[in-house]
Amino acid sequence: MGEKQILDADDIRRAITRIAHEIAERNAGVRDVALVGIRRRGAPLAMRIAAALEEIERVRVPVGILDITLYRDDLGIRGPAPVVHATDIPFDINGRTVVLVDDVLYTGRTIRAALDALTDFGRPARIQLAVLIDRGHRELPIRADFVGKNVPTSRDERIATRLHEVDGGADGVFIVRASETATE
Amino acid sequence: MSVSAGAGTARSRRRHVLDLDDFSPQEIDEILETAASMKEVLGRAIKQVPTLRGKTIVNMFFEESTRTRISFELAGKALSANVVNFTARGSSVEKGESLVDTVRTLQALGADILVMRHSESGAPYLAAQYFHGSVINAGDGRHAHPTQALLDLFTVRQRLGRIEGLKVVIVGDILHSRVARSNLWGFTRMGASVTLCAPHTLIGPESFWKATWPHLTITSNLDECITGADVIMTLRLQRERMEAGLLPSLREYTRFFGITAERVARAAPHCLVMHPGPMNEGVEIMPDVAVSAQSVIEEQVANGVAVRMALLYRLSGE
Repeated sequence: MGEKQILDADDIRRAITRIAHEIAERNAGVRDVALVGIRRRGAPLAMRIAAALEEIERVRVPVGILDITLYRDDLGIRGPAPVVHATDIPFDINGRTVVLVDDVLYTGRTIRAALDALTDFGRPARIQLAVLIDRGHRELPIRADFVGKNVPTSRDERIATRLHEVDGGADGVFIVRASETATE
Repeated sequence: MSVSAGAGTARSRRRHVLDLDDFSPQEIDEILETAASMKEVLGRAIKQVPTLRGKTIVNMFFEESTRTRISFELAGKALSANVVNFTARGSSVEKGESLVDTVRTLQALGADILVMRHSESGAPYLAAQYFHGSVINAGDGRHAHPTQALLDLFTVRQRLGRIEGLKVVIVGDILHSRVARSNLWGFTRMGASVTLCAPHTLIGPESFWKATWPHLTITSNLDECITGADVIMTLRLQRERMEAGLLPSLREYTRFFGITAERVARAAPHCLVMHPGPMNEGVEIMPDVAVSAQSVIEEQVANGVAVRMALLYRLSGE
């Protein structure tokens, strides 16, 4: 198997706890903080960070889910138009500190789309970015504020995140060789 | 239906939307799911996303329309496309320009998607043969109205949570109705059981329908077939039908086929009453039924924008 595990379930749990602590520290509490997870795997990660924040700060921060498909810059370039899943941001983002959450930060294009999508909902006081994995190879001037793990990769590798809420089974993050992904 | 609109599988790109006959249940599912997300966009303070920036959509209406034309225009604009409205009146069609030449002209002007309403069945199929982009049939003669059928499917699924296994009764001028035909494809493909109910003169021979849809129920007895229905869809009765001698009188039609509160009471308690519009209130549907809690007629109109957004978006993939 051309697949190497880089995080197991415990590593992911610890990374999320640390990110939650950093969010609380950076913002001097979480009074005005809201989390917005980017579909698909950013959504369960946002829920987990919210649960960790509740343990640390005794405050339930609001959590939203963002589908960025309609804001992508590659419609008509990368195959058939994908199904657009629901966006659900059930709170006012105006004046809040919104922490965007995603599993992997790569080119930065998803985050660019998410920033556009989010500003259509209002004007947050600030937007921060939390990711489980930063694998490098940015194509846009975007960086994460909170990172679970920096993983140097080559472009022909792929990062596979598996979270039980989406994928079933055990949590884990893997590096997959390009030769494996080609047959998918 | 001989022009291929492109295979309807998830991985291959659909080029045209001409009727629902070449849509798989999975493709319909995906469109309805995307339409639900589009409905969320339409509920935002800023009802617009940048998805189709730089694309040009031409609405070609050779036949009058209020809701379909405005709904396509709003759908294109909500996706940030450039939307141009073309009506035959005031165009070179009045100077005798043919349909094919008109399509070629719009192509040369840079149209990416043509939305076409025409009184001749098959006209969008002809346009699709000459146009290099995508063609969406917005109603052709008596033949098909696929976007109406998709918005009807969407409305039913949003309200009742499913389509499979529902009893759907389509009442009225089936013979001349493109709405009935596209809904037949859509509802049967999604697993509903469909009953057609009409006077004999407005439906034609049973064998014609059974050849394509062997499991249809066909009847002229509305009081009987409405029992236990989950969806009642009534169609516009055009007054020309009576003038053509197909009906003795409007009053008689209303007596046997009009949707009244008493008749709706025989259907399932959650039964939805649908009408593609424009309505003849007091003929095919009573005014009190049209505004009752079970009527989803206005919802159909509102949902039309979201469903058309989903289609315009899907046609813009690679």
